[in-house]
Amino acid sequence: MNSARSVMSPGRYFGKYFASNRRGEAVAGILMASPWIIGFLIFVLGPMIASLYLSFTRWDLFTAPKWVGLDNYTNLLFDDASFIQSLKVTTIYAFIGVPLQVSLGLVLATLLNQKIRFLGFFRTVYYLPSVIGGIAVAVMFRWIFGSQFGLINGFLSSIGVQGPSWLGDPNWVLPSFILMSLWGAGSSMLIYLGALQGIPTDLYEAADVDGAGSFVKFMRITIPMMTPVIFFNMVMGIIAGLQEFVIPFIMTGGGPADSSLFLVLYLYRNAFEFFKMGYASALAWLLFIYIMVLTGLVLRSSSMWVYYEGSMKGR
Amino acid sequence: MAQNVAKLTSVKIEDVRVTERIKRGLIYAVLIFGALIVFIPFAWTLSTALKAQDDVFAFPPQWIPDPIVWSNFSEAVTTRPFGRWFLNTLFVVGVSTFGTVVSASIVAFAFARLRWPGRNVLFLILLATMMLPEQVTLIPTFILFRELGWLNTFLPLIVPGFFARNAFYVFLLRQFYMTIPFDLDEAARIDGASHFQIYLYIILPMSKPALAIAAIMFAQFKWKEFLAPLIYLNNSDMFTVSLGLRTFIGETWGTEWNLMMAANIIFMIPLILVFFFAQKYFIQGVVITGVKG
Repeated sequence: MNSARSVMSPGRYFGKYFASNRRGEAVAGILMASPWIIGFLIFVLGPMIASLYLSFTRWDLFTAPKWVGLDNYTNLLFDDASFIQSLKVTTIYAFIGVPLQVSLGLVLATLLNQKIRFLGFFRTVYYLPSVIGGIAVAVMFRWIFGSQFGLINGFLSSIGVQGPSWLGDPNWVLPSFILMSLWGAGSSMLIYLGALQGIPTDLYEAADVDGAGSFVKFMRITIPMMTPVIFFNMVMGIIAGLQEFVIPFIMTGGGPADSSLFLVLYLYRNAFEFFKMGYASALAWLLFIYIMVLTGLVLRSSSMWVYYEGSMKGR
Repeated sequence: MAQNVAKLTSVKIEDVRVTERIKRGLIYAVLIFGALIVFIPFAWTLSTALKAQDDVFAFPPQWIPDPIVWSNFSEAVTTRPFGRWFLNTLFVVGVSTFGTVVSASIVAFAFARLRWPGRNVLFLILLATMMLPEQVTLIPTFILFRELGWLNTFLPLIVPGFFARNAFYVFLLRQFYMTIPFDLDEAARIDGASHFQIYLYIILPMSKPALAIAAIMFAQFKWKEFLAPLIYLNNSDMFTVSLGLRTFIGETWGTEWNLMMAANIIFMIPLILVFFFAQKYFIQGVVITGVKG
């Protein structure tokens, strides 16, 4: 192609042709990227600056915003028991639920990567909950977790066990949510399946020659080769878990006694029920900082346990 | 001697076969058990949706409803403006999906196949916005739309799509465009095609599968979207289905579980149908974005 181009524009015309072509490409590039550039300014950068400003004000939407300096932040961190509670609840949910979910997804993917029958059927069944997700699952499980007439307690009482009142008991709300999220473990499964197929089979064959059993192969080959993907699923899962809203909103409304008051639910209430726009903005920034710090920590720690093929660190 | 050796090896092979069979049996047992656990909530939802009001609270739980009340579905749909909600959702999902796919594909083309100053920095920013929690921009965006008088209209749910607000789809399509041979552009350019023509007549026709993936993934996301409709839509005539589902909880706590489960099934059917007919696209999406590591 290059030779064709130089034939088309030989000698002194070459420079000029090339320059105008370059400029034309730059103009076209910026023009065609402009929907996103404009969208970024209007829907991301602008709102970010505005929300940073608002986080230093008190504003009820109806009167002018009043500058209060760091008050919102210090109130949230030191005087607001509900905020601390929501931080606690959300952290427990993300840091217990997500690792469980990610491990279960890996086990499922490993089982579904064998040469067995009805593979397509099983994959479909396990992936289905994540297709539905969100509000439909919340509505479904609200009924299943019912304390008196719920399916789980119905089953438990048939074997003579008195079940807890799941969503009505402060100690059982988070475990209920975590159990429910395990039902959707199939979402990470699909990504694992893709990665599993990328593991060179000669590694397993070599292990076979050495007489390694399935469990040893799983622990010594599969897991190390999968660490980058496990890592990816873990980070994405934690970020999503920290932003959970629909499940507490639909299933418990944050109760009982704030035991399921998630961060974003508390943010929503401050903004759209109490009309404390400045306070809610500060909360959003704290959430953002929290997510960034955590992601940074996970990234840092990753060099200790993520194995990248061809890198010295993994050895 | 030789006979003994033969006997020994055959026993060993037999052994291996038996353990292999046991292993396989275990895998099936685990998979079937898991599939049952996944399946039960759906079955219970359907069972409840077909029960008479009085049977909903029967104890111990009754799996096969007697009588089967099919009219729950029609009742769920008629006690609320469900048809209206369905049309609202179809409209919002359709228009915003169209906007997202069109704008994301044009922008992705600029990032994948054109050289322009600032491209690399802006692409990094684009990737960063994918990590930005939505809550940080939520309140000012709400205020902006309120100032524009867009509350209780579909515009807040639709317009950002036309500006590739959801950067993930730009990223997905860019990854795909990068795999198309660059010689094609070069050849077309020599034939005098403009950059836009190259996009329209060469890249777009070649990327139908990727566009389909983006459209399906976005439409699924939009169908389920809850927080934005909750904030922007107050008038029940304007509700989307996901928001409408909530009315079964708020007003009638504990009294109409059968109708609520019927409504939930109606909400889920399009998601399940799309998934069944477009399964391969879901898997391809994972492959294209390269998250498989």
